Amino acid sequence: MREKILYVLGIVALAILAWNINAIARLPQEAQQGVTFKIIFFHVPVAITALTAAAVALLGSVLFLVTKNFKYDALAVAVTEVGLAFLAANLVTGSIWGREIWGVWWAWDARLTSALVCWLLYAGYLMLRRAIEEPTQRATFAAVFSIFAFIDVPIVIFSIKWWQNLQHPRPVFWAGGSFPPDWTRHFLWNMAAMLLLGIVMVAVRLRQEEAQREIDSLRRMAHVL
Amino acid sequence: MGFFRQVFVIAVKDLRAEIRTKEAINASFAFALVILLLFSFAFDPSAETTREISGGLLWIVFAFAGALVLNRSFARELPNDCLDALIAAPISGAALFLGKALANFLLVSAVELVSLPVFGIFYNVRWTSQFWELMLVLALGTWALTVIGTIFSALTVNIRLREVMLPMLTYPILVPALLGAMQLTTDLVAGRPIGPDTAAWLKMLIGFDVVYTAVSLVLVETVLVG
Repeated sequence: MREKILYVLGIVALAILAWNINAIARLPQEAQQGVTFKIIFFHVPVAITALTAAAVALLGSVLFLVTKNFKYDALAVAVTEVGLAFLAANLVTGSIWGREIWGVWWAWDARLTSALVCWLLYAGYLMLRRAIEEPTQRATFAAVFSIFAFIDVPIVIFSIKWWQNLQHPRPVFWAGGSFPPDWTRHFLWNMAAMLLLGIVMVAVRLRQEEAQREIDSLRRMAHVL
Repeated sequence: MGFFRQVFVIAVKDLRAEIRTKEAINASFAFALVILLLFSFAFDPSAETTREISGGLLWIVFAFAGALVLNRSFARELPNDCLDALIAAPISGAALFLGKALANFLLVSAVELVSLPVFGIFYNVRWTSQFWELMLVLALGTWALTVIGTIFSALTVNIRLREVMLPMLTYPILVPALLGAMQLTTDLVAGRPIGPDTAAWLKMLIGFDVVYTAVSLVLVETVLVG
């Protein structure tokens, strides 16, 4: 039953994306950047989804350390993996945009650099997990590292802002820029679809973790017998 | 035994073990020399530009050489199950961590203080004009390196690929601290004192040290005992 709901939700997310991409493609071109501007419909929602994932990963890690319930460890790892994929999508779409507008694939700008450092931090989290065999130790150490990484993110962002001035365009929504209303609507649809897609991926990953734990315990039982 | 006495005992024990074997500090210093040598191939070592990148160069040497000391910090306790004995000893995890961090701080500082004049000679840089401010930045940056390195040394001591994992985990976390230390060191080596526009880096470095020392002290018990 749960699996069927997941599949349905996944299909819904993909359907929204497909319909919305079609609609976005028909929107008029932006005055200065032309069609390239439309990458914002993907670039920003995946970034927000990745940030949400980082916050949930912190929550899962803290809850694991407090309760020692493996449910939260599974949540932390699922959310980190999915968040890492979304952050990678964010970096790649940003890089494509930069190639078109700036003429370079990469600039050592504050936002780009801090996003890259975040990616490396959470990639380290996954590598740490792979290096530890014992489940309790793996979950504890990973949770500790996740807390360290999350605290690091704001310090990284501030320090790199001092180091390099911003080349990355200011966010449209906070800096007085404006979207026409129907653009905002399509943006929000994409936002919802990305978040839903993220949630479905996390849920699928959680199922895998559960199955993995079951296999481990069965294997231990077989050893005892 | 009071808390600080416990810290002191652990630090002295570690330093004594290191001074008797010299296994980490010799390797670390030799490694620092090798990196300094390799850098001379990467750019013209006598040019004026060396001074402009000196901070980055020095801190890369310190971070890489320091990792060798930090790797040994907890790994040294593995033979004869010394680590289990230390955890079972009637001292808190925080005292054990702080003692080890202090010993590592002194060892890494020693490597740095020997590397600095060697750097000055090899690259023909007069680095002493802002000596005391440079020492302050060195101490703050090294404490950041050792506090993160020591807690992650405890984290990685029992796992596969220990030597690979420690730098993989520490360097990304250390990005803000290394960035600040590099900026300040470049200025100080070039003879520019810390001014109003670089003071923010100093504050950031102090903040980094305070935050991560506190977080490590809170979490070390979890890391050691589980």
